[in-house]
Amino acid sequence: MAYDKFNILKSSAVPLSIENVDTDQIIPARFLKATERVGFGDNLFRDWRYNSDDSPKAEFVLNNPLYSGKILVGGKNFGSGSSREHAAWAIYDYGFRCVVSSFFADIFKGNCLNIGVLPVQVSPGFADKIFQAIEADPKTELEVNLPEQTICILSTGDKESFDISSYKKSNMINGFDDIDYLVNIKPEIQQFASNLPI
Amino acid sequence: MSNTLFDKVWDSHVVRKIEGGPDVLFIDRHMVHEVTSPVAFLGLKSRGLKVLYPERTFATADHNTPTINQHLPVADPLSANQLKALESNSKEHGISYWGLGHQKNGIVHVVGPEYGITQPGATIVCGDSHTSTHGAFGAIAFGIGTSEVEMVLTTQCIMQPKPKKMRININGELGKGVTPKDVALFIISQLSTSGATGYFVEYAGEVFENMSMEGRMTVCNLSIEMGARGGMIAPDETTINYVKGREFSPKGEAWDRALAYYKSLKTDADAVFDKEYTFDGSTIEPMITYGTNPGMGMGISNAIPKAGEVEGGAATFAKSLNYMGFQEGEAMMGKPVDYVFIGSCTNGRIEDFRAFASIVKGRKKADNVTAWLVPGSHIVEKQIQEEGLLDIFTEAGFTLRQPGCSACLAMNDDKIPAGKYAVSTSNRNFEGRQGPGSRTMLASPLVAAAAAVTGVVTDPRTLIQ
Repeated sequence: MAYDKFNILKSSAVPLSIENVDTDQIIPARFLKATERVGFGDNLFRDWRYNSDDSPKAEFVLNNPLYSGKILVGGKNFGSGSSREHAAWAIYDYGFRCVVSSFFADIFKGNCLNIGVLPVQVSPGFADKIFQAIEADPKTELEVNLPEQTICILSTGDKESFDISSYKKSNMINGFDDIDYLVNIKPEIQQFASNLPI
Repeated sequence: MSNTLFDKVWDSHVVRKIEGGPDVLFIDRHMVHEVTSPVAFLGLKSRGLKVLYPERTFATADHNTPTINQHLPVADPLSANQLKALESNSKEHGISYWGLGHQKNGIVHVVGPEYGITQPGATIVCGDSHTSTHGAFGAIAFGIGTSEVEMVLTTQCIMQPKPKKMRININGELGKGVTPKDVALFIISQLSTSGATGYFVEYAGEVFENMSMEGRMTVCNLSIEMGARGGMIAPDETTINYVKGREFSPKGEAWDRALAYYKSLKTDADAVFDKEYTFDGSTIEPMITYGTNPGMGMGISNAIPKAGEVEGGAATFAKSLNYMGFQEGEAMMGKPVDYVFIGSCTNGRIEDFRAFASIVKGRKKADNVTAWLVPGSHIVEKQIQEEGLLDIFTEAGFTLRQPGCSACLAMNDDKIPAGKYAVSTSNRNFEGRQGPGSRTMLASPLVAAAAAVTGVVTDPRTLIQ
């Protein structure tokens, strides 16, 4: 599925410092029953965001009008658990284009890259600096520069570089996905399949 | 050059390496279920693509199927719609489809091995993180997202950077009442829920060599709960005896060729791992979790640790215990239990029901406990009946439900109510995993059985003759 190209993103950020945020929290299983990729943002963090009577929980960060932006800053080990890509869809559909954490779960990170959400892994120290900067001023902007692979806290000037494979980077910048690549090498795949040992 | 089991299987499936990028990995077997596939099929449609190898693709419905009255139409319209979509997508693309009511229907990670779809040395994926289960056969098996489901449907490949390699060695003999589930929960409690992220794990040592295939599947199933993409165990006689003669296993000359390949699948003596752990199996106790991720596990006779004794932030730890309604430093034993769930791709196989029966035999279900016994497949269901386990369950006041994922993720009606405590043989104790507000304690079938007959968290060793 095509997604927005990613180049330089300058935005305020939403802090969620809790650790080990699993994909069941990002989107609970009972909201995985759709047969189309629409509306998942409404149920992003459903059970942290809403009471059982659907009224918003005032203390949850997404319900706090102080915080907004296209960047979600999560605690360590963000996106653990289920492989549901719906978690990444919900984040994208809500309006985030980038998730920052000091550590990502593997499948979640791959799912994000496949649908146009940039996962930016920073050092634990830099993650702390981001949380502190947002605490000091909720409107603090971060600049995520994909071509240069850097993330900067604009209010303090603190900057760190992040890793991404050159292949995925080019995909994100151009809005390409892996299927485009694989479909182009189908004859090579079929040749390979015909020579498998079993 | 010396290679690990993982290297041998991975490298032989690499179609192409991309410089500065992932490997293009060929997938031998693709399992598909109703929840993570509909958007992938839509993607194919919108791009005008077909399924490249329908014969390598297998569909079953499990995540949101009911576990009672399966002969009736599915009541929830959203679930029914998703099941219908899987059926029509499978038919349109010529994929074998084992829907509700089909004799081969069941949990994808239970039926795959039962019918011989799972083979040693194969690459296996499914849009489900517990695909790691199939690593028990010496396969590279892991969960993928829906975009990748679409890739595999249309090109039989995915693009993945090769993970690092970890080996976990456990030697020695397991104590009384200690099951493969306890071994896995023990490992996760030592490594934490992110300790193996970025790695593919090989389990080695006497404890795994002595395990049945069912036990190995339970261990490999839980690899994802410490962050690993997957875990695998080198195939041996136990593996080969399990695989031989199953419906989709190779036959005749093909079997002879396959056997030679299976026997080559072991880590070379001097192969090097990026990380290695060694534990003594005799030190492992029956385990139970006290928190809201599978890494928060402890020996059942211990006390809940204090915030300072565990890895991670105090705020996260406090949030977790608060959700569970537990205090740091207190014992788990004697805690009241409202629900017991035995089933899931982790513990929904025949051995698990035998273990459960060994404790409930001659005892009665505690009045305060609601118990859901859910077999992983119709084969398991039939074995339960044929081996007389059903009679034991009935005598003790339990009923058997029909196959499906059930209360493991509560997508159907099998939901633990808010605030209630469940001892569950499934794989995740995340907040709300078994229903909004549910509180889950993960444990083995023996611990589940002990809770079911006593109504409280109980050390099963006290009930074993």
